[in-house]
Amino acid sequence: MMLLKAFLLGGLICLAAQLCMDLTPFQVTPAHVLVGMVALGAVLSGLGLYQPLLDWGGSGASVPLSGFGHVMAQGAIEGAREDGLMGALRGGLTAGAAGISAALLTGFCASVFFKPKG
Amino acid sequence: MTDQERELLRRHQDVLAREAGSRGRERARWAEKRKEIEQAQDALLRERGRLYLVRSSKTAAKVPLVKNMLWAFGVGGVICSVGQGFVFLFQRFGLALKDASAASTCVLIAIGAFLTGLGVYDDIGKRAGAGSIVPVTGFSNSISSAALEFKREGFLYGVGAKIFTVAGPVILYGVAVSIVVGLVDLLF
Repeated sequence: MMLLKAFLLGGLICLAAQLCMDLTPFQVTPAHVLVGMVALGAVLSGLGLYQPLLDWGGSGASVPLSGFGHVMAQGAIEGAREDGLMGALRGGLTAGAAGISAALLTGFCASVFFKPKG
Repeated sequence: MTDQERELLRRHQDVLAREAGSRGRERARWAEKRKEIEQAQDALLRERGRLYLVRSSKTAAKVPLVKNMLWAFGVGGVICSVGQGFVFLFQRFGLALKDASAASTCVLIAIGAFLTGLGVYDDIGKRAGAGSIVPVTGFSNSISSAALEFKREGFLYGVGAKIFTVAGPVILYGVAVSIVVGLVDLLF
């Protein structure tokens, strides 16, 4: 059941992003989509709207990059409540560190072990 | 080039020659005439640019919208379901939900980088569009494909610098928004 919910929610989020790419007159690149999703996720998280999505759809909300924005925003909020300004500065990156480091490490490994096409 | 444009060009050259051959007030009069012609030429060019825009937006409207939507929905959904599967797996190993979710994200990131290295992910991306960009595997893909592509420029200025081509903006705006969110939460 949870798998189905994750499929539905994740699919819907991707579908919404696809519509943004196809229906707007601007040239929307993947970088625009990624940055937009992270920012959107962080803002929704700050407004308290992202946690309900996570509770309902599980990975359907955490796997899209908006979930990454949510994790960073929650980290910043937690840090701010503990240490004030310094905590707000520290919290976002601390919470996102695992994801960023994993992506950098695996990306670096890919560039070492694989040959670029063409 | 249309007849109108050709005519303007001919007159422009004519006036240019007269301007070059005259002195004083006569020359200023020709220069004024030249500017008029140039403005008319610019207006024509702008008109053509607008026509081009209209035409291209009409052809751009021909993207297979429904097909793109279905692919994005399907591929995005499948990736999220796979992530959910890993969450269940890690929970069975005794991790709390939050840790299991983080671990599942890391596994997806690794899978994304691996598939990018094999060249499979870009093939998926051609059809899936946002379905392959929005999940965290797309983030991983943007990092590893940049690293891979610039490998030939060396590991310092190639891989090291270009690995942040897309990751940099994502991290920057993620951090910026999260700091704002944290501060707003602190203040209100």
